[in-house]
Amino acid sequence: MTTESGFHDSVYDEDLLGGDASHWAFGTSFEDPLAGVDTTIPDGVDPEELAAYCLMLGDDALIYSHRLSEWCSRAPDLEEDIALANIALDLLGQARLLLARAAAASPAVVPAMPEGSPVPPEDALAFFRPDAQFRSTRLVEPDNGDFAVTIVRLLLFSTWRLALLERLASSRDQVLAAIAAKGVKEVTYHRDYAGRWFLTLAQGTDESRSRLLAALPPVFAFHEELFTDHPVETSVAAAGVGVAPSDVAAEVAVILEQVFSVSGVERHDVPQIGPVAGGTGRDGRHTEALSHLLAEMQSVARAHPLGVW
Amino acid sequence: MSEVPEMVQDDWPLYEIFVRGKRGLNHVHVGSLHAADDEMALRHARDVYTRRNEGVSIWAVRSDAIAASSPDEKDPLFAPANDKVYRHPTFYSIPDDVPHM
Repeated sequence: MTTESGFHDSVYDEDLLGGDASHWAFGTSFEDPLAGVDTTIPDGVDPEELAAYCLMLGDDALIYSHRLSEWCSRAPDLEEDIALANIALDLLGQARLLLARAAAASPAVVPAMPEGSPVPPEDALAFFRPDAQFRSTRLVEPDNGDFAVTIVRLLLFSTWRLALLERLASSRDQVLAAIAAKGVKEVTYHRDYAGRWFLTLAQGTDESRSRLLAALPPVFAFHEELFTDHPVETSVAAAGVGVAPSDVAAEVAVILEQVFSVSGVERHDVPQIGPVAGGTGRDGRHTEALSHLLAEMQSVARAHPLGVW
Repeated sequence: MSEVPEMVQDDWPLYEIFVRGKRGLNHVHVGSLHAADDEMALRHARDVYTRRNEGVSIWAVRSDAIAASSPDEKDPLFAPANDKVYRHPTFYSIPDDVPHM
């Protein structure tokens, strides 16, 4: 919510908890990550590029959140089920804020909706864009595979994203900085969770170790794409608003090396999945898996564009 | 898969989880869960029992490490306290600004 003054208003304690937080013995004192944040677009950055950059980070979180949510009711046990759902929800929260920021920076990126549609801009971006307009990196698109593939992908994704968010927390865009500061705490836990399971699977049974080793090539085939700068990323980084992924490659490599080393797993270079027609996920060139994912994720919203949820 | 390894057949041990809320002074039992070891029990407890901002501290204890009183001993253990009202400090006045009594 943005007031006319250009500052974000908190809706948390009053609206979501029903007015009087003292009714609740536990679970109060929620905080709106954007409360009081200056929402003006900083000088020296092209609003179109800022919007595109927010879509990149937001789509990564949205698509990966949906993939992780597919573990609901299917995880190895109840505790892991809840852990993966929590991680998915954290990422969904980041996606919502980032897509809303994209829409605020450039309303032109939001798909046109029928007159009278109550769909907010971030939902229109999530549920009414075709696959070629998504800017997510291809790492987050393929099916989950088994638990080992899930853990390896989560380790790579969260290590990469945490490094990006840590730098983004000092963005000149106050909204991006606040979203990143919130995300750092969340993704730190995701990385910790993935790292512990990586070690456990590697040092567990013969079965768990062989599955972990088998999970490395398909996941790390998208490694190079993560650290290849898109022109938009280069530009927003130069403007002090975004982060160029190539800048975090070295520190991500150090963290991964630590996890592999303590787990007794050797890291080999695996064949990389290169650009398609000169582009990758950031350009809207995706794997087939994304189309299937979106078909399922968007079908209900698209059938009821005037629906209220 | 023909044979399931022994480790997979056995359930993980049960842990009892205690959470200290922001506004409470002591850890309170909130439930139980399964985990392979102590570290994982804390992580699971964080995921299962503190999702709604309930806690600032977690204790996890193996359930089989807890000594519990038996329902059969209820009378000898607790009934003798029934009529000893003088053990409550109700004969003192408590200042209004003393919380958590």
